[in-house]
Amino acid sequence: MRTDRDLPGTGRIPPPPAKSRHSGHLTRRSLLASAALLIMTSGVSARVVTKVLPWQPNEAYPVPPVIPGGYLFFTPAEAATVDAIVDRLIPTDELGPGAKDSGVTTFIDRQLTGPFGGHDWLYMQGPFSSTPLPTQGLQSPLVPRQQYRLGLAALEAYCKATFSGKSFVQLNGDEQDKLLGGMEKGDIKFENFSSRMLFGAVYANTMEGFFADPIYGGNRDMAGWKLIGFPGVRYDFRDVMAKPNQAYTLPPVGMQGRPAWGEN
Amino acid sequence: MARRLPHKDVVIVGLGWTGSIMALELARTGLEVVAIERGPWRDTASDFNIGTAPDELRYAVRHDVFLRPKQETLTMRNNPSQTALPIRKWGSFLPGNGVGGAGVHWNGQTWRFLPDDFRIRTHMIERYGEGIMPEGHQIQDWGISYEELEPYYDKFEYVAGISGKAGNIKGAKQAGGNPFEGAREREYPTPPMTQGYAQELFTKAAGGLGLHPFPRPSANISIAYTNPYGCSMAPCTYCGFCERFGCSNYSKASPQTCVLPALVREPTFEARTECEVTKINLAKDGKTATGVTYVDLNGEEWEQPADVVLVCAYALFNVRLLLLSGIGKPYDPATGEGTVGRNYAYQTGSGSTAYFEDAKFNPFAAAGSLGAALDDYNSDNFDHGPHGFVGGASITCAYTNGRPIQYHPVPRGTPTWGSQWKKAVKETYQRVTNVGAQGSVMSYRNNYLDLDPTYKDPLGRPLMRMTFDFQDNEKKMANWMADRCDEIAKSMGAKTTQVNRLNTPWNVVPYQSTHNTGGAIMGADPRTSVLNRYLQSWDVSNVFVMGASAFPQNAGYNPTGTVGALTYWSLDAIKKYLKSPGPLVQT
Repeated sequence: MRTDRDLPGTGRIPPPPAKSRHSGHLTRRSLLASAALLIMTSGVSARVVTKVLPWQPNEAYPVPPVIPGGYLFFTPAEAATVDAIVDRLIPTDELGPGAKDSGVTTFIDRQLTGPFGGHDWLYMQGPFSSTPLPTQGLQSPLVPRQQYRLGLAALEAYCKATFSGKSFVQLNGDEQDKLLGGMEKGDIKFENFSSRMLFGAVYANTMEGFFADPIYGGNRDMAGWKLIGFPGVRYDFRDVMAKPNQAYTLPPVGMQGRPAWGEN
Repeated sequence: MARRLPHKDVVIVGLGWTGSIMALELARTGLEVVAIERGPWRDTASDFNIGTAPDELRYAVRHDVFLRPKQETLTMRNNPSQTALPIRKWGSFLPGNGVGGAGVHWNGQTWRFLPDDFRIRTHMIERYGEGIMPEGHQIQDWGISYEELEPYYDKFEYVAGISGKAGNIKGAKQAGGNPFEGAREREYPTPPMTQGYAQELFTKAAGGLGLHPFPRPSANISIAYTNPYGCSMAPCTYCGFCERFGCSNYSKASPQTCVLPALVREPTFEARTECEVTKINLAKDGKTATGVTYVDLNGEEWEQPADVVLVCAYALFNVRLLLLSGIGKPYDPATGEGTVGRNYAYQTGSGSTAYFEDAKFNPFAAAGSLGAALDDYNSDNFDHGPHGFVGGASITCAYTNGRPIQYHPVPRGTPTWGSQWKKAVKETYQRVTNVGAQGSVMSYRNNYLDLDPTYKDPLGRPLMRMTFDFQDNEKKMANWMADRCDEIAKSMGAKTTQVNRLNTPWNVVPYQSTHNTGGAIMGADPRTSVLNRYLQSWDVSNVFVMGASAFPQNAGYNPTGTVGALTYWSLDAIKKYLKSPGPLVQT
């Protein structure tokens, strides 16, 4: 079922290929609303709101939390490569955990299994131009799942051919950094795949995973938020406004609270 | 074949700010009103629930409350010689979807345009001569004056509970407000928001430079408030999840907080959601609309007959619906003839990023409209003679948020990843602020909207094509503003500043502004406007088109205050129309 209510990146199995929004399926929301408010006007199957706000007790649309452990999209070899890449992009160092150690690979894996991974919400009708203007943005027919699958394979083939049969994960840190820098600029040419597209995909998803709410599997222990001093979803900073130019000292909170809240 | 439904007095396309206000006011007169909305119903407790709302990935990055490009997007190019391609993923602007429309996810900056803005063509030529007008321009007066609109600005501000400080009440200047604003009848309904440390520095520095800073008028309201419709709002908590999000606190003015609770109680009103209007139907004479056709959730097509059709979708989609319905003549840039799609405009962004040695700006403590502003360089508040451009900008020092996926600034030249990047992110987050200029964009012959010849929506209808670029006049203006911003940033005590200029073509990828205007513009002459001064179609007199699509060119302000005022202005005219149907302005 493809509806307006499908949520970004969760641990769910990817849905079947998208149908038109007018697919005839009832959404969960339709069911809720229909219990009280579906009014048939001369046989129209439209939902009608009239005389009262359509509200049900406890109606909300939370995202299911990602449960870490294993991979739903990546093969073990792909996951190892992504681990190695994100560990160079945001390394663990004296300032705290980096991307790998805060769960970013799990974050990316789960995002790829959801609607993001298939560009399900984007306009993906052709024709696809091979000569878009730089100002025209995303014009590739490749969805993120394809970008990772094909891109990681191309990276692996490139490494094996260039570094005497070694994988990306077997390169030392300097070699990995040099290679990633070349991919970022597009100077590195893979066979059959844009190195720059792979870099761009991993880079954007790494930033997302490192800084998104921990509910999505990355930013474990709110490592990204602690790095910069973002207090998360406290949702009330009137105390901060009352004390300009002073350090904020309370620890961050995510949508699921924070670990200490579970202790006595 | 569409099946025909029972007749209604008024059919409204889109249930956002303008549609909900129209629906409430007209239902209160006893008329049978139906609003047809293509997105879902949305409400605060269910959809902007505090347990789910503050989710940057879901809303700000994956665009959960926005229109899905899959359902409808536009194609774009920078000039008519290029081939337009679809905007496959939103970037530069973010159209809303569902009940509440853009009123759900807006920042809440609620301005009045300046008196000069409404007669900018006449004013600029009177003061500077024809020579100042930019090449290829189609700048027009609005056909309405600020003075006529003032009571309607007042009405919208009191419905939305806007927090601000008046600068001019009935001609008397007020300390602490904007001295350049047009005279207003009375003070804002609620006092200004609490300002932060950066605004404190900005206000002091700007005052020292002889400028006139004031707190930005805000729909994130400062104190509890009950509006004239009996809808209650709560004080803003500076949570930092405003734009791109619904508000959990009932603190941001929106149709949900300010109109819908009253509207649903009107017994003659009904809303049909997840129903997409595909066409406004015309009688055989082509001069009268008979209602609309829409497609429901199950793909069934229905005809809703009505006496009056109010087009209340997002500005861009209003224009597309007119084009798809054959109302008005499509604009042709080659001949300059036709009006629908003419004078599409946008806004410029430029400014200065200010890095401080030691500061705790706490950017996460923020709100969509939090900020200090100044209007010394807006509209024609300064002498344009020496500069050779038309237009201006509102200059602000503001924090809308400190959400870290999209806001983790580092100084220019920092590596984009690795330990050095990580160190810079950590060191910069608390120490950087911005002085920004939101600038006007004038209207030009080659900036316009029409139907795309190639790309279609899922129903097989052509997408709209946007042809737009920043012209030399706008670049010159924006870059001059960037220097003014930099002067202020330096004067605030920044250790280093980074000037952000506008030198590249308009690019659809980075977010810039969802202030898309024009395409169905109002005016005094049916040869150069789609609507008369009452927002009534010149061609089909029972069709009225709300929204920023009516702006003949864009100003250096956020549009919603003016959109709200025009809605109430048009409402009074529609009430007159209903007593005596026909064109409200004779041609």
